[in-house]
Amino acid sequence: MELTRRTLLKIAGLTFLGLSAKPGWEILSAIDQPEPSTAPGALANKKWAMAVELKKCWSLEGCKDCIDVCHRIHNVPDMGSLKEEIKWAWLVPYEKVFPEHEFEVTEEDYQHKPVLLLCNHCDDPPCVRYCPTRATWKREDGIVMMDFHRCIGCRYCMAGCPYGSRSFNWRDPRPFIKKVNPEFPTRTRGVVEKCNFCVERLDQGLTPACVEACKEKALIFGNLRDPQSEIRRVLQNRVVYQRQPELGTKPKVYYIL
Amino acid sequence: MYDGKKIIPGLIIFVGLVTSPLWYNAVSGKTGYVPKPEIPADKKECVEPKAYIRVNHKNLLEDWKESVVRNGVRIYKASNKKTYTMDLNRTCMSCHRDKTKFCDQCHNYAGVTNKCWDCHIYPKQVKEEGIK
Repeated sequence: MELTRRTLLKIAGLTFLGLSAKPGWEILSAIDQPEPSTAPGALANKKWAMAVELKKCWSLEGCKDCIDVCHRIHNVPDMGSLKEEIKWAWLVPYEKVFPEHEFEVTEEDYQHKPVLLLCNHCDDPPCVRYCPTRATWKREDGIVMMDFHRCIGCRYCMAGCPYGSRSFNWRDPRPFIKKVNPEFPTRTRGVVEKCNFCVERLDQGLTPACVEACKEKALIFGNLRDPQSEIRRVLQNRVVYQRQPELGTKPKVYYIL
Repeated sequence: MYDGKKIIPGLIIFVGLVTSPLWYNAVSGKTGYVPKPEIPADKKECVEPKAYIRVNHKNLLEDWKESVVRNGVRIYKASNKKTYTMDLNRTCMSCHRDKTKFCDQCHNYAGVTNKCWDCHIYPKQVKEEGIK
């Protein structure tokens, strides 16, 4: 049989069609796999939150125990410069934390007092919306978690976070860690990090390290879904501030004056 | 063939160069090299049978990571009905203390690199490599 140009093209076309049948079928018939989820009920009946009793905190001047312990156990490096600073918890003067307050005649004494800041673990976290790889997400118990394995270092979350809670590793952080805690991984260059509410300690039934380290018991941590919890008790009938509540992120770190 | 006198010796030299690693290993007697990861003497079993671990350790570690980081579930129920904590350091590396004598043996042989140790710290590293 003489193979004409026409028949060759026909055969080639049919061959391609035949080859694409199986992969095509596999793609079109694939059933969407469900997203991985927690065992139902395990985390859903919890909503973690923290309260900072400012007056108790200020009673011990210059104390930074909470920050020190946090940075020590989580291998947070001291980069030495403000530009490259990496922080999970840090202090900012009261007037800068709550700039919407009118300081002319009110809260005069507090203006320059340090206020402990950390990730607010928002109910509606902007960082989670911005993350293109889902390296950050909100757990059922309200903790805004990070998967360092998955972070590509695009820093969208940092642009999205209105509280400046996230830091970026511009350099390999390991040489800047004073004493490595082998129980917790360090980070690499090009990864964003932030407070994780001590997820690894909560899983073991402990409270966050900062809460445990505070000598003045100025930090109160607990489950908002439990009406008997200490956190619910301290938040009742008190003047409570949140950082920038008008943004609608619903922060879960409360400041009690 | 035009220039056969040049092309054929050239081809022979080329093939010789490309296969030189094979020749090198044959001459230096390394053809029979088999990686020997050091198995801890005092421990009898791994979390799963050896044959499974050998093939699937990467999937197991990936599943552990997913489970711990994403779902907060840290308990691993092994096929032998025992339970283990899903933790690279506290579980895996508590037996295989030195990754250079265990992981690297096969990984180097197979030319496989992994990034685990860019962040995770194995116990021996803390003592020996001046990581404080």
